[in-house]
Amino acid sequence: MRFLIHRYNPETDKKPRMQEYTLADINAGDMLLDALFQIKEEDDSLSFRRSCGEGVCGSDAMNINGRNGLACITPLNSLKEPIEVRPLPGLPIVRDLVVDMRPFYHQYRSVKPWLTVHDPEPETEYLQTPEQRDQLDGLYECILCGACSTACPSFWWNPDKFRGPAALLQSWRFLADSRDQATAERLEELEGAYRLFRCHSIMNCMDVCPKGLNPTKAIGNIKKMMLKHLV
Amino acid sequence: MSALDIERRQFDTLVIGAGGGGLRAALQMSEAEANVAVVSKVFPTRSHTVAAQGGMNAALGNVMPDNWHWHMYDTVKGSDYLGDQDAIEYMCRAASHLVVELEHAGVPFSRLANGKIYQRAFGGQSRDFGGEQAARTCAAADRTGHAILHALYQQNIRAKTHFFDEYFAIDLLKDDDGYILGAVVLCIETGEPLIIEAKTTLLATGGVGQLFRTNTNARINTGDGIAMALRAGIPVQDMEFFQFHPTGIAGKGMLITEGVRGEGGYLVNKNGERFMERYAPHAKDLASRDVVSRAIAIEVREGRGCGPNADHVMLKLDHLGPEVIKKRLPGIRDMAMTFAHVDPIDTAIPVFPTAHYTMGGIPTNRYGQVVIPFEQSAEEAIPGLYAVGECACVSVHGANRLGGNSLLDIVVFGRAAGNHVIEYLKENRYHRPFNDSMAEEAMQRIGQWQKTGEGESVDSLRAELQKAMEHYCGVFRSKEVLTEGVEKVRTLVARVKDARLKDQSKIFNTARIEALELENLMGLGLATVECALAREESRGAHSRVDYPERDDERWMKHSLYHANGHIEYKPVRTKPMTVDSFPPKPRVY
Ligand SMILES: Cc1cc2nc3c(=O)[nH]c(=O)nc-3n(C[C@H](O)[C@H](O)[C@H](O)COP(=O)(O)OP(=O)(O)OC[C@H]3O[C@@H](n4cnc5c(N)ncnc54)[C@H](O)[C@@H]3O)c2cc1C
Ligand code: SF4
Ligand code: FES
Repeated sequence: MRFLIHRYNPETDKKPRMQEYTLADINAGDMLLDALFQIKEEDDSLSFRRSCGEGVCGSDAMNINGRNGLACITPLNSLKEPIEVRPLPGLPIVRDLVVDMRPFYHQYRSVKPWLTVHDPEPETEYLQTPEQRDQLDGLYECILCGACSTACPSFWWNPDKFRGPAALLQSWRFLADSRDQATAERLEELEGAYRLFRCHSIMNCMDVCPKGLNPTKAIGNIKKMMLKHLV
Repeated sequence: MSALDIERRQFDTLVIGAGGGGLRAALQMSEAEANVAVVSKVFPTRSHTVAAQGGMNAALGNVMPDNWHWHMYDTVKGSDYLGDQDAIEYMCRAASHLVVELEHAGVPFSRLANGKIYQRAFGGQSRDFGGEQAARTCAAADRTGHAILHALYQQNIRAKTHFFDEYFAIDLLKDDDGYILGAVVLCIETGEPLIIEAKTTLLATGGVGQLFRTNTNARINTGDGIAMALRAGIPVQDMEFFQFHPTGIAGKGMLITEGVRGEGGYLVNKNGERFMERYAPHAKDLASRDVVSRAIAIEVREGRGCGPNADHVMLKLDHLGPEVIKKRLPGIRDMAMTFAHVDPIDTAIPVFPTAHYTMGGIPTNRYGQVVIPFEQSAEEAIPGLYAVGECACVSVHGANRLGGNSLLDIVVFGRAAGNHVIEYLKENRYHRPFNDSMAEEAMQRIGQWQKTGEGESVDSLRAELQKAMEHYCGVFRSKEVLTEGVEKVRTLVARVKDARLKDQSKIFNTARIEALELENLMGLGLATVECALAREESRGAHSRVDYPERDDERWMKHSLYHANGHIEYKPVRTKPMTVDSFPPKPRVY
């Protein structure tokens, strides 16, 4: 099986290059991450992030044959050869397949992603009906892998100003939570031409999300809520 | 590079590890306005707590009557009487409050029709001290760990905890009076070392599941904190007790939560027989994990396994119906479809016992203080050093952890340790003097990996270790096999010094990190086989075919393994805080 892998070590390379590797002995049913491990056994200088190996930690998002995804849950037999693996687009490259995620995390933190309640706390849990809780399905499962935001042209152009799909999905996760009492503050924070409104519904985000989440829809919901809030 | 040239930073308190345990402790301290640094080798939400599925135990009694004292009984029994009963009482009493706190922090727990937190049945749970099945596990679908870890990270951002993301802790700093003063860490991105000085240091680095070839753990679970403690002269406790989870996906290891059986799923052998009825007539598929794992191993050994190689059993849940599976077990369904290529809505999942949880670890008391035997005292606290979570051994899990008790353990003792640190800081207001020699050993370890030339590879040594541990130290053990295992692991340990890294670059050099992790794995692998060989009885997860019975007379005690190979023992704390002790009884489910 043939692979073309993005290589760049700032200590020794002037510019990035694509390096070819061939694995003779690999099971087509294996995941791309298994192949990267095999390559690293031969060439320990290849760097990439990984941890859980089962699609829950969000470490190993990368660009695979032109599409963002998680290496650990992408089966090799779903990919055309040579398999081209590059870092997530739009973020500074640290080395090989490792990007600098700081701009992405910054946007996440900027939406104040924590439950905010102004009333005094009861001694038991806040009550929430199963239907209210259902509103959080498809939102709270985000693993912050960054596949969506780095597939979004609006984020590429304005990573410092546009919150991006992942952060906006989390903003909506709290707006949609029946327990949260910071609706007005959250909406206000997203006003202006950039933070929310740079989304042009290109929908790359929902297309690539490895957890099957739909940030575009969440963004639409925020916009609707804003309108309602205005009147 | 000498220690003199290394950048130094100072904080009141240092937390190493950003899983549930580290983050819960950090939150407690940040809210008390301590200046907290959290170091993690991965971005916090990538810590392995994120993978926890089934839930967290607390006797809320939302579904049926329940009581913390029943929970305590189950935990003591589950531990096969090796758990320390003061710590267990403390944990079970605190549980309900801690779950409510997490809910207030934003955790999206699943809900009951009346709006309260959803609870499901898990293994080893009973009402009324061994009576009917309880439903004690609070769940956010089958993504409870994810939900808790993200909420704790979010609250820490709010509380302005200082994070060092992607920094790898190498070793602790210790002065001549035995105080722990922080740690030497390595910035993974730049490859530069950094000294973090702190008045207290808390280890929350998680377990060491990577000791075994097939495991449910993340690649990062290499037991670094436990090995750091061992190198700092602290003996490690009860390492022979390693939990094998009954239901990892056969041959691959991904976990299928006990919650599947809690929701009504069950195991069958090749004849379609529901075999757990034979091994645990009362609790059946919800017996304790050690019991179910052994039953599966026996079924397979006696030729009743499934598949072309008869090497696994099947976990059946199709009878639960698509509604329950989609609503309560969506993550499991994804996992089964991705890795076992079956949709559990209509096909059973192939499963086999898989290395899962480190019951042993750094010895602590119920305040999270690291304790060692000293002169007359069995448990003398090391000033400035704390440990919580899977790397610690309080010990609430004893010889066998109950499902749902680890997420509880990490938040209960994370919070308790945070509170103790706050008190400690009041009495220890100033940093103790630092001198460069404290960092020397850590620098030497980095230097060791800068040798070039031909040598063995880190990958092949790790693979050999994992195979050896699986072969010599698995579900069933014996003197003969363990003796060979000790020899084998000793030779592997000796070979580490001949290993070489080809990649000598600085920036994001993951090969170097894996080399440092390998050293940690090796030390703990040896501790595990040595203690397993020494313990001549069967208790909980430690099952000796040559000593099939539990032997309370000789062995109701904790083992303490020193870096030089010496093993000593200390008594179990059988006295609870306020209630009567649960004396050892034969353990039947
Ligand atoms: C698949 C799976 C499912 C589980 N399900 C459940 C469940 O349903 N209920 C339950 O109660 N328990 C469950 N458990 C067990 C439970 O999840 C863990 O025991 C618990 O989450 C451990 O938390 P922790 O905070 O101690 O460590 P972890 O979450 O493992 O965190 C360790 C932290 O330490 C950091 N670290 C480690 N080494 C270093 C180093 N050298 N330098 C810097 N940082 C370092 C890591 O980056 C990480 O941040 C499950 C475990 C697994 C594997
Ligand atoms: S929304 Fe999906 S793609 Fe985006 S960060 Fe979350 S999990 Fe990744
Ligand atoms: S390694 Fe965790 S998501 Fe792929």
